[in-house]
Amino acid sequence: MDYKTVLTTCPYCGCGCNFYLEVLDGKILAPIPCKTSPTNEGKLCIKGWNAHEFIQSPNRLTGPLVRKNGELVAVSWDEALDYTVSRLKEIKDSHGGDSIAFFSSAKVTNEENYLLQKFARAGIGTNSVDHCARL
Amino acid sequence: MTNSVSEIADADCILVIGSNTTSSHPLVAARVFVAKQKGAKLIVADPRRIPLASEADLYVRQNLGTDVALLNGIMNVIIENGWADDAFVSERTENFEAFKETVSQYPPEKASEITGVAAEDIIRIAEYYSKAEAATILYCMGITQHTTGVDNVKSLANLAMLTGQIGRPSTGVNPLRGQNNVQGACDMGALPNVYPGYQAVTMLDNQQKFESAWGARLSDQMGLTLPDMLSGLLDGSVRALYVMGENPVQSDPDTRHVQKALEAAELLVVQDIFLTPTAELAHVVLPGASYAEKDGTFTNTERRVLRVRKSIDPVGDSRPDWEIIQEISNRFGYAMSFDSPEAIMEEIRTVTPSYGGITYERLEGEGIQWPCPDVDHPGTPYLHKETFARGKGLFHAIEYQPPAEIVDEEFPFWLTTGRLYAHYHTATMTRNSPTLDTEVKEGFLEISPQDAEMLGVGPGEVVKVGSRRGEISAKTMVTDRVAKGLVFMPFHFLESNPNVLTNPAHDPIAKIPEFKVCAVKLEKAA
Repeated sequence: MDYKTVLTTCPYCGCGCNFYLEVLDGKILAPIPCKTSPTNEGKLCIKGWNAHEFIQSPNRLTGPLVRKNGELVAVSWDEALDYTVSRLKEIKDSHGGDSIAFFSSAKVTNEENYLLQKFARAGIGTNSVDHCARL
Repeated sequence: MTNSVSEIADADCILVIGSNTTSSHPLVAARVFVAKQKGAKLIVADPRRIPLASEADLYVRQNLGTDVALLNGIMNVIIENGWADDAFVSERTENFEAFKETVSQYPPEKASEITGVAAEDIIRIAEYYSKAEAATILYCMGITQHTTGVDNVKSLANLAMLTGQIGRPSTGVNPLRGQNNVQGACDMGALPNVYPGYQAVTMLDNQQKFESAWGARLSDQMGLTLPDMLSGLLDGSVRALYVMGENPVQSDPDTRHVQKALEAAELLVVQDIFLTPTAELAHVVLPGASYAEKDGTFTNTERRVLRVRKSIDPVGDSRPDWEIIQEISNRFGYAMSFDSPEAIMEEIRTVTPSYGGITYERLEGEGIQWPCPDVDHPGTPYLHKETFARGKGLFHAIEYQPPAEIVDEEFPFWLTTGRLYAHYHTATMTRNSPTLDTEVKEGFLEISPQDAEMLGVGPGEVVKVGSRRGEISAKTMVTDRVAKGLVFMPFHFLESNPNVLTNPAHDPIAKIPEFKVCAVKLEKAA
């Protein structure tokens, strides 16, 4: 049996509650609220107590998809990435960097937001990057 | 937030306006209850009788979209009664006279006429708030999701400055941020007008700084906001859209318009953990990893940078989002070679002054609240202590303006939208969580007993709800949480999604849509 607890931050609202995820043999069991967290002090709301359930949902996307003849079909990472990049290049070449826009996300990490806006600005050459702060 | 969550517990007066705190920020609400137990006065202002209203010393139900009139009325009373903090106003602010002139036009009787709040209640709010030793304002999307969203926020800032209720512990103007990392996404420059750390893209110094840091030519043109990207897709000025962890088909106003725009894209890439309604329209779907499958940081509503730690490997063949972006960038021809999220943070802190002292090592424990300019800086629990960011606090003279759409003969009901305790945003995560899904299985329409009787509908019966943008059906929930003439719907449920109805009219500066107000008609379904 491989059991561990990993201290992390809740993925729901902006409170930023901390909990430990209990992991047994590579499966997440449940969150345990962190008593020393300055925001939640050992408490969680109903969403926090259940913040593990969606992670292992059978509905998770488990591989890349590309639309072919109107249908999304499973493809390899190489094919999905090459297709995406070749289309981005074609569109940038024919219409310029500002014809490409990015929705970044309030659900992903700081590091990932930083990287996406860096790619948009330095790679594609556009400042058209936004996220759902208004929603 | 200007202040910290824990400070709320020590406030003497808490004004909650446009925030359904117990549903949307339960652990902030916990601090409100602690303060209340210690004797704090709790004022709740909300068009819906939200659960927190039952705990309030004073609950007022303002008409939809009348916050500026309410706040101007409160400030009129404060000035007229000599309850303002004159020393704070003279030492720390400017433009007071112009502001005072405007506010003088809003005596409580006039504010009452616009807002529907009794004049004596406006006076009581003014007294409770201004006379408290430490008064704090908590607000949320009920303030911001209006065509006057910026005016509403500036009015709250006016109120805090007028009474000196800012720059001290347990005071301040505190937006409760809805998403776990919406603060961080803004901090990191996922905005069309600023680089990381709110450095304007239109300023040459900033452009040169980032050109040198990133080794690339950068644009000095402001980018498009989300609503403008959608319009751009329809007029052909935008050809490709890359969506990471967002679901605009369900979350944005006027769903039909959003769908048409996305269908017009020559390339729509969606990176997500589930096949959302937005992903279903994509040309390419890239499976990202959840928060439990990667390392990183989130920044919470009180500007606290917190660690996210990997618990398990990414499920199936999914990958952490940072690895996907880096791989695409490399194949595109812009080289990135980060070997970990920590390495990315090391770059972030070199270009983002407010994150200058934030390292993974220092984030062990409680995290750090920015601004944190260097590694010896302890972080900043509350802002504006000695001075405001711009020096003196600027009063804005703000006139009340009605919402973009108002009720009429054809669309006689006001519709407002919001969230439920067990669900989250477009419910992609919560409806895939069996325990939460069981709590509330479907959407509904809150309607007052008087209106339900007038329409001849009982609880749980289906009504058709139509606006100028579209029509949906929903079961009724007959409740006095809403006043006569007002209906409410949560936007978590695709099958009865009120964003088919909502008005895309938005604030001219913030571009935030007016989700909180539109006009609808109701009809009992045949």
